[in-house]
Amino acid sequence: MQIDPLVFAAITAMAVSTYATRIFGYLLVRRQSVGGRLAGALEAVPGAVLTAIIAPMAFATGPAESLAALATVLMALRLPLIVAVAGGCAAVVALRAVIP
Amino acid sequence: MHGEAAGNEAAVTTEDATEGTMARRGPVGGDFAAGVLRILPLLVAVVVYGLLFGTLAAQKGLTPLEVALMSATVFAGASQFVAVEIWTSPPAILLLGATALMVNLRHVLMGAALAPFLQGWSRGQIYGGLFFMADENWAFALQRAAKAPLSPAYYLGLALPLYFGWIACTTLGTIFGGFVQDPARYGLDFAFTAVFLTLLAGLWKGRRSAYPWLASAAVAVAAYLTLPGVWYIALGGLAGALVGACQGPPQASASAREGGHAD
Repeated sequence: MQIDPLVFAAITAMAVSTYATRIFGYLLVRRQSVGGRLAGALEAVPGAVLTAIIAPMAFATGPAESLAALATVLMALRLPLIVAVAGGCAAVVALRAVIP
Repeated sequence: MHGEAAGNEAAVTTEDATEGTMARRGPVGGDFAAGVLRILPLLVAVVVYGLLFGTLAAQKGLTPLEVALMSATVFAGASQFVAVEIWTSPPAILLLGATALMVNLRHVLMGAALAPFLQGWSRGQIYGGLFFMADENWAFALQRAAKAPLSPAYYLGLALPLYFGWIACTTLGTIFGGFVQDPARYGLDFAFTAVFLTLLAGLWKGRRSAYPWLASAAVAVAAYLTLPGVWYIALGGLAGALVGACQGPPQASASAREGGHAD
């Protein structure tokens, strides 16, 4: 088994940018403060990116997917997250069978 | 107040005693073991998410060795799920790097919050330790730092079980996930969405989250319907960042800033 060179390059790009995010906060407060609008933007980005990723599946694919997304969120608020993931997958299978 | 202070002192004394008895295994054995015990219950989630991640990666044609390499060098669950979701063959290298950067931007604030507690650490301990910073061990490290000095040994005790557990479970998932035929039959094509929705439920901070996320969702759907490729992710994230910038700084980073200035 070997590693494709392009896959290796892609993983390296991910590893470098991820490590940069891990040390950047430390470097930032050593030299100057993170405040104001930059801090607000940094706080919002991860949730906004995750929202953007799920938006097409949750809002623009079909009623079965949208309802399953809603069911997943409701389960995630009350149940262990792993149960919510499994329940969401089960919900989409059931809803696709019911909704033509 | 009085009782609290006494309690803290007692905790420190107990720890010193533990370190004494652990002297045979080295001066830091006690702290490391305490960290491992603290993080152990969370390994259940690592096993399940790891196996699921491996299964989905296998469906995209990634080999177990490639997944092991990714888990060992990136070690950031959410961004790895995102990467596999947008994975193409051949992979879009710049897009994957940029997307990992965006998904992991929360690390910047996490690192800033942790920085004041790393003062006694050596340079190698700091830059090595930060490599392992993940949501779970970061939260427990801050919890510890509120009561006692945060030692590198305790921090590694929190981090290493997560790290090796994540590599092992994602790799195993890839080996066995390659055998799953027709993933949509089990709703596995929805698994990414479900994972991200549960992550979002954990990130939710009321109105502060609502406006950036709504902006992101609206822009992402519009871009998804009108533009080719995965531009909708970057544009949605950017829209959310702009709304976040308008909202101003969060509470947590303000206190981290003060801590940073103190040194």
